[in-house]
Amino acid sequence: MSAEPMMTDQSQITEDDVRRIVKEELGTALKKDPGMRTGAIVASKGTLDWAYPPLILASAAAAVGMDVAIFFTFYGLNIVHKDFERKLKVDAVGNPAMPMPVPMPDLVTAMPGMVSVTSRMMKKKFSDKKVATVGELLDTCREMDVRLIACQMTVDVFGYEQSDFLEGVEFGGAAAFMADARKSNLTLFI
Amino acid sequence: MSETTEDVLVDARELMCPMPVMAATKAARRMEPGQLMKVMATDKGALSDIPAWADANGHEVVSQTQEGNDLVFMIRTGEPD
Repeated sequence: MSAEPMMTDQSQITEDDVRRIVKEELGTALKKDPGMRTGAIVASKGTLDWAYPPLILASAAAAVGMDVAIFFTFYGLNIVHKDFERKLKVDAVGNPAMPMPVPMPDLVTAMPGMVSVTSRMMKKKFSDKKVATVGELLDTCREMDVRLIACQMTVDVFGYEQSDFLEGVEFGGAAAFMADARKSNLTLFI
Repeated sequence: MSETTEDVLVDARELMCPMPVMAATKAARRMEPGQLMKVMATDKGALSDIPAWADANGHEVVSQTQEGNDLVFMIRTGEPD
């Protein structure tokens, strides 16, 4: 065959070599894929329990080398409000998953003052287990360069001012979020 | 026990997810490639989190041991990409 001289010239390169090289090159190319390094998270809930997932996941994504943005909309605005400590609460009413020390009927959990009891209970449970506070997680997110974007439309709807929000919070709309999200392999709606 | 000594010690004991990984990230930012980081954690989530974090950032888990309740990871920092 005419290919034979070529074979002798390149006898060093085996099929295994080719497979290995292709795999390495593909791996390098995929690593450079911006989609793998970009994440876009929507935080739509404004209760104490739901403040944790977006902040934890965003900081973890940043720790594995991703550029992440959290888009806070509707009740999610509570998380980046300057008064988040007071605004973020958790209620046992309508939340049968909430673990209570003793079983309580809704009539009891619906009594005035119970929201602050359940909120304090959850905060204590978390601090007993040495889970970071929402404030600490927000600080971590900022240290990790997670972008915190408040939805301008809901800011207006709820009658907030931009100055009501934590330092470093940006303001944007749905299209700005989508422009980021379409480039991200990771998009979460929380 | 181990003959190698770390350049940086990250004591993340008592911290819960995601804080051990955050502590390691902050330490790694101040380190040179090829240096050795020792991470100590008690959060069992670190068993999967620390190796996954290292892999994603091009660091190498040199060893992973348990001393009592302490999970101990020795990590060689990689080149930033």
